[in-house]
Amino acid sequence: MGKDVIADLKKDYISKLLAKGERVDGRKFDEMRPLTIETNYVRSAEGSARVTLGNTQVVVGVKTILGEPFPDTPNTGVLTTNAELIPMASETFEGGPPDQESIEVARVIDRGIREGHAVDMTKLCVEPGKEVWIMFVDVHVLDYDGNLFDAANIGANAAFKTAIVPASKHGKGEDYPLPVLHQPISVTAVKIDGKILVDPTHDEERVADARLTVATIETGNLCAMQKGLDGAFTLEEVFKVTEMSRRIGAEVRSKF
Amino acid sequence: MGGMTTDLKLIDEKGLRLDGRRPDEMRPLKIEAGVLKRADGSAYVEWGLNKVMAAVYGPRECHPRHMQNPERALVQCHYNMASFSVDDRKRPGPDRRSHEISKIISEALTHVVFTEYFPRTSIDVYIEVLQANAGTRCAGLTAASVALADAGVPMRDLVASCAAGKVADTVVLDLGKEEDNFGQADIPVGFVPRTNEIVLLQMDGDLTPDEFDRGLHMAVNACKKVYEVQRDALKRRYAARAVDEDVPAPAEEKQEVA
Repeated sequence: MGKDVIADLKKDYISKLLAKGERVDGRKFDEMRPLTIETNYVRSAEGSARVTLGNTQVVVGVKTILGEPFPDTPNTGVLTTNAELIPMASETFEGGPPDQESIEVARVIDRGIREGHAVDMTKLCVEPGKEVWIMFVDVHVLDYDGNLFDAANIGANAAFKTAIVPASKHGKGEDYPLPVLHQPISVTAVKIDGKILVDPTHDEERVADARLTVATIETGNLCAMQKGLDGAFTLEEVFKVTEMSRRIGAEVRSKF
Repeated sequence: MGGMTTDLKLIDEKGLRLDGRRPDEMRPLKIEAGVLKRADGSAYVEWGLNKVMAAVYGPRECHPRHMQNPERALVQCHYNMASFSVDDRKRPGPDRRSHEISKIISEALTHVVFTEYFPRTSIDVYIEVLQANAGTRCAGLTAASVALADAGVPMRDLVASCAAGKVADTVVLDLGKEEDNFGQADIPVGFVPRTNEIVLLQMDGDLTPDEFDRGLHMAVNACKKVYEVQRDALKRRYAARAVDEDVPAPAEEKQEVA
């Protein structure tokens, strides 16, 4: 109950500023927060990155093991994405089995990198039908101030760039760099009072009516999308967000 | 997308699809409202080879109580696939995919339900996929809307749903199973026809902005057709209920008798 009263007060404040064309932190509607990327952050992982997007902080680690391929894709490696919204990162996160929120985060990140072919999975086959590399992409949220989708997506892309396939450890020849194909970058926007804002903070997310995440690759093509929250978008708004995502995605990609 | 390759010719020389459909043609859709006795509302959807049942219970007391919202009802959807609904037996119980689908369908339905009328309650929507052939989330959302209306839950409008996608470099409507497995993109859409709003939207695969534009318009137009079938199912249901329960016929017909 208390949470909702605070949200109502914040909504008033955020709305009043939005009506004047302003955001609480002074950003433009189509402006991302400052982004830092630190790769090879965790030595024990085959690839990793620590990403800060404003006050949101995530660590993404890639671990790779040998295993069996799926029967219907005997020649390709396996990609598994997980997100842990650990209690350390926010008072709203709880321990225990993953809830719908963390499952959605993991699946949206997975969809972006899978459908955008971030990694050439066909090069992760050791022996067709028998043995392939299984990649685990694990997202650890350390500090939560909104927009986990994009922070984790950027973290995954950054981790892939420096990741290796640990072949020597498993007696499969020399280590080699993870075969990276594309950089599918996701950009998330929310709708508040009919206005579209990218890269929402936690407060903005809490009062948002609807959310749309769009991932694009270098060609400008779209590779994944997810609408969330109880609100709705018009067709024009959907196209506006896809255009924003293409433009901002290219800007983010240039920072790698 | 499935990402698998195939020798199947998804679009033939005449521009027709595996099941003979044109690119902008939907699979046959049948909807029946009020198919279950115990539930407060229910609907059955047969969409191509998909068979999906939806049931609504509530508004009823929300458990666990800490989930209650003192200002609104909670619309809680539970999407579930029967183990026998797909070729290889699916392990029973919720998996990550079904959790995600449940979440986005709950959100889409919340937008149209007058949740403020029923504070602290839960409106539980159960979607059971009995036979799956691509497009079950659209079929499920379509069925759930009808089931909510059948339960008498006050709503702004029905949500209609249909997917578009891309196969063999062609933008097509309502992907079938092979098209889903071997296609290039899929865009499931949930649409509120009265207000022209999009309440469910996902996409995966590879699309140019122009292809996405055409696909989204194609899906939205199809939703308007789905909406007509939904309304028709509800009309038939209420006509049948009037006979069943011996409700007096509408006034003008009475006058004719007199």
